[in-house]
Amino acid sequence: MRPGTFSKLAILGTLLLVLAVVPLVLPSPFHLRVATLVWINATAALGLALLIGLAGQVSLGHAGFMGIGAYATALGPKHLGLDPLSSMALGIFAAALLALLVGRPILRLKGHYLAVATLGLGILVHLVIVSEVPVTGGPDGIQLPHVELLGRRVTGPELWYWITGTGVVLAAWLALNLEDSSTGRALRALHDSEIAASVVGVDVARHKLVVFVIAAVYAALAGGLFALFNRFVTPDVAGFLRSIELVTMVVIGGMGSILGAVVGAALLTVLPQALTVFHEYEHAVLGLLIVLFMVFLRQGIVPGLAGRVVRRRSA
Amino acid sequence: MNRRPLLLGVVSAALFATSGAVRAADAIKIGSFLSVTGPASFLGDPEKRTLELYVEKINAAGGVLGRELELVIYDDGGDANNARTFATRLVESDKVVAVVGGTTTATTLAAIPVLEDAQIPFISLAGGIEIIEPTKPFTFKTPHTDRMACEKIFEDVKKRGLAKVGLISSTAGFGASMRNQCLTVAPARGIEIVADERYAAGDTDTTPQLNKIRGSGAEAIVNADFGQGPAIVTRNVRQLGIDIPLYQSHGVASKSFIELAGAAAEGVRLPAAAMLVPDQLPDDDPQKTVVLDYRAAYESSQNQPVSTFGGHAYDGLMLLVQAIQKAGSTDGVKVRDALRETKGFVGTGGVVNLSATDHMGLDLSAFRMLEIRNGTWQLLY
Amino acid sequence: MAEFVQLLFAGLTTGAVYALVALGFTLIFQASEVVNFAQGEFVMLGGMVTVFAYNAGVPLPLAALLAVVVAAATGTLLHSLAIAPAKGATVVTLIIVTIGASILIRGLAQIIFDKQFHALPAFSGDEPLRVFGAAILPQSLWVLGGSGTIVLGLWLFMERTLLGKAVRATAANRLAAELVGIDTRLVLTLAFAVSAAIGAVGGILVTPITLTSYAVGTLLALKGFAAAMLGGIGNPVGAVVGGLVLGLLEAFAAGWISSTYKDGVAFLVILLVLFALPQGLLGRAAVGRV
Repeated sequence: MRPGTFSKLAILGTLLLVLAVVPLVLPSPFHLRVATLVWINATAALGLALLIGLAGQVSLGHAGFMGIGAYATALGPKHLGLDPLSSMALGIFAAALLALLVGRPILRLKGHYLAVATLGLGILVHLVIVSEVPVTGGPDGIQLPHVELLGRRVTGPELWYWITGTGVVLAAWLALNLEDSSTGRALRALHDSEIAASVVGVDVARHKLVVFVIAAVYAALAGGLFALFNRFVTPDVAGFLRSIELVTMVVIGGMGSILGAVVGAALLTVLPQALTVFHEYEHAVLGLLIVLFMVFLRQGIVPGLAGRVVRRRSA
Repeated sequence: MNRRPLLLGVVSAALFATSGAVRAADAIKIGSFLSVTGPASFLGDPEKRTLELYVEKINAAGGVLGRELELVIYDDGGDANNARTFATRLVESDKVVAVVGGTTTATTLAAIPVLEDAQIPFISLAGGIEIIEPTKPFTFKTPHTDRMACEKIFEDVKKRGLAKVGLISSTAGFGASMRNQCLTVAPARGIEIVADERYAAGDTDTTPQLNKIRGSGAEAIVNADFGQGPAIVTRNVRQLGIDIPLYQSHGVASKSFIELAGAAAEGVRLPAAAMLVPDQLPDDDPQKTVVLDYRAAYESSQNQPVSTFGGHAYDGLMLLVQAIQKAGSTDGVKVRDALRETKGFVGTGGVVNLSATDHMGLDLSAFRMLEIRNGTWQLLY
Repeated sequence: MAEFVQLLFAGLTTGAVYALVALGFTLIFQASEVVNFAQGEFVMLGGMVTVFAYNAGVPLPLAALLAVVVAAATGTLLHSLAIAPAKGATVVTLIIVTIGASILIRGLAQIIFDKQFHALPAFSGDEPLRVFGAAILPQSLWVLGGSGTIVLGLWLFMERTLLGKAVRATAANRLAAELVGIDTRLVLTLAFAVSAAIGAVGGILVTPITLTSYAVGTLLALKGFAAAMLGGIGNPVGAVVGGLVLGLLEAFAAGWISSTYKDGVAFLVILLVLFALPQGLLGRAAVGRV
């Protein structure tokens, strides 16, 4: 085990504990809504954490995949008469397909060139959603019908809290297994040195593509869940600022840390709510906090704090 | 590992601290979520200033039903998802009795289900017609709709004996929504849209689009947008030497448009509320005193020119206060019923007559047609 | 012909600003490997400080100078308070630092200034010049000429002065530069200050045409970054070419293809260029930094 990481069980146990405790401490529908948004953002951030942390590839257009998941879920019922759940499945499939198609040429690019290519991809998705008003509803957004399962409406903040919370635990469990698998080891090798990895026979391009598709699936799942829970989506869900926010979640929580992605998502989702006490200074304070976190815990919150604890113990 | 509960504790303390900050126990809490920052800050900022200014004034004059008003405002940054979260927070944590807010159509639409479920009267400050069509039990709005703006403009185009219009709009919320409405109502008004050009929010040059409009045989240009875009379009029209009539929308209705567009603004026409020309209204115009008073109050305290956007917030707040007084209660259903009985309310946007089926209560007469002459607004009719 | 010239100048004027932002990106990247997403905020500061100083009665040239100084000071602070303390952090971490800094600068600007849009008077009047039937604003010539002067000045500085050579040495190999006695920290600070000043000049030059507000930086950072990558990051000539090409792409796409999808066309071309030339138009040959 690398320093700064926890065992699989400890991570899943922590997540389950938090999942169980939050509704006891913060029972109001507002708090549950914020918590649900944390779980949804965490799901998307987890995928991106695999891409950034494990494969060392940065995507600045990841919200585009969230947008595909969200809008597929919204548009299926409206235009194709599908039920929202199968529309969401279609959306996830569409996102995976897109990632698969563009992944190969895009992932040939390195570092910042990859960043700008993914940025362009995200902007294209956002542009289509904003512009095709008759289909997508344009900037004013689009409403979704209620989800029905076995003839019953899936509604209420508490129920959605548990659905999205379960989702994030499953997503984390899959991500942890992926890290431990042979693919994970190959990806880590790739992160450390691509040339060395290819020399010892790791199929670099294929592994990168696999993790890119997985990250897209996570994002589309998050987008779909968001659409179902919120029952209203606007193009913001696919916007450039959302993409930046997702990357910030991963980096601030700790690149390469599964728990970090969840902590980062929680921080960036809850902070804007907590910072309203600063009134017009809230944006300045948010920016300052991001800088401070990155300067003082440059590995990210989870690995950074864990590293300090370890150092103190050994001292 | 033990950081999670700690973090959670800090966060929940922060959340409780904000929601628990109740001043007078019996204050009437009015909530608001506005796009004070972000792309619509041009609208949201004067709305926020107006609400704060008038809540203070109302409290200084003894409050409502003998109780103080307490205003809770959140900045949604123009993001519909934030707006929904803040609407939930207003309902659940702040326990407001009514909401006056929602700067854009998207943020308003996102919040409607939350406020409708909680049966809380909601007066939106956004233009989109879908806010009140179909009528929702607790949702009202004060601004004129984009459709009315299109109709008023097309009416004027016809009066000039013209019929071919080149449309140029922003792809952002307001522009996209008005473009849609203009495309919809054009045929019925005998208008042919010969060009339909668009630009992205933040674009700094529209000469390529205007060049196309020039080549399309358009006899008039209509620009649907607010903020920086219309000033750039207006300057570009003059730069290209295009000398057909240019119409802006009610989205530019503030003095800063004339400052930004400069000499290029001469001759531009737009439909707008009486707010911009209170001095030119005849003395028997019911809106005259209301608008003059609002302008004096806003400009003396805020150190910036009035816009109709702040006026929408004024109208919303006053409608609500009047309804609470009439209902003699802060009960959501009673206030809603009182709102629906509003007749002949004189606001900055026009004379408002609400009913169970009309939750805006304005007709085309609320729009005046203005032309910019010598760097100021001239009331045409 | 008239239409072509019109679109050409529209594209070049917009592109010149992208080029200046891209140049700022490049300069900082060369010296420190940091991709500075706060670059757009310097353009904003250039415009906003000039506007507010000018409206307060300061003569325009002096107001512009003040704006450049404020921006350069902000750039210096950004380096010494945020970038230097995070020395040794990964590239992505540094990107997030600059994003946080840009949120902070924007957040302060909306309080110190306001949330309205502002204009400046054009330097040489508003009367358009007629060129082959196209109408060109005199201010466009200011933007093009000003940008050209900056590019030339920067080139002379890099090639001809000792300090410029120190910057290039630091960019090429920081350790070696330190060994031969170059104060690399000073060089880095200088790179941030000069980048900020370049951005500010761009902001001052275009404000009479494009208007400005506290929030204009985000979009410029995005477009400038795309331009820098299109040209090939780390190459000043590439930055200028990338900026101009991006501006021209947007203008001609809007005029000839679809104004709705003009940004889409621009990014599609960027994607295709990168697929064919993974290092950008004028980027260095592939040197994998491990």
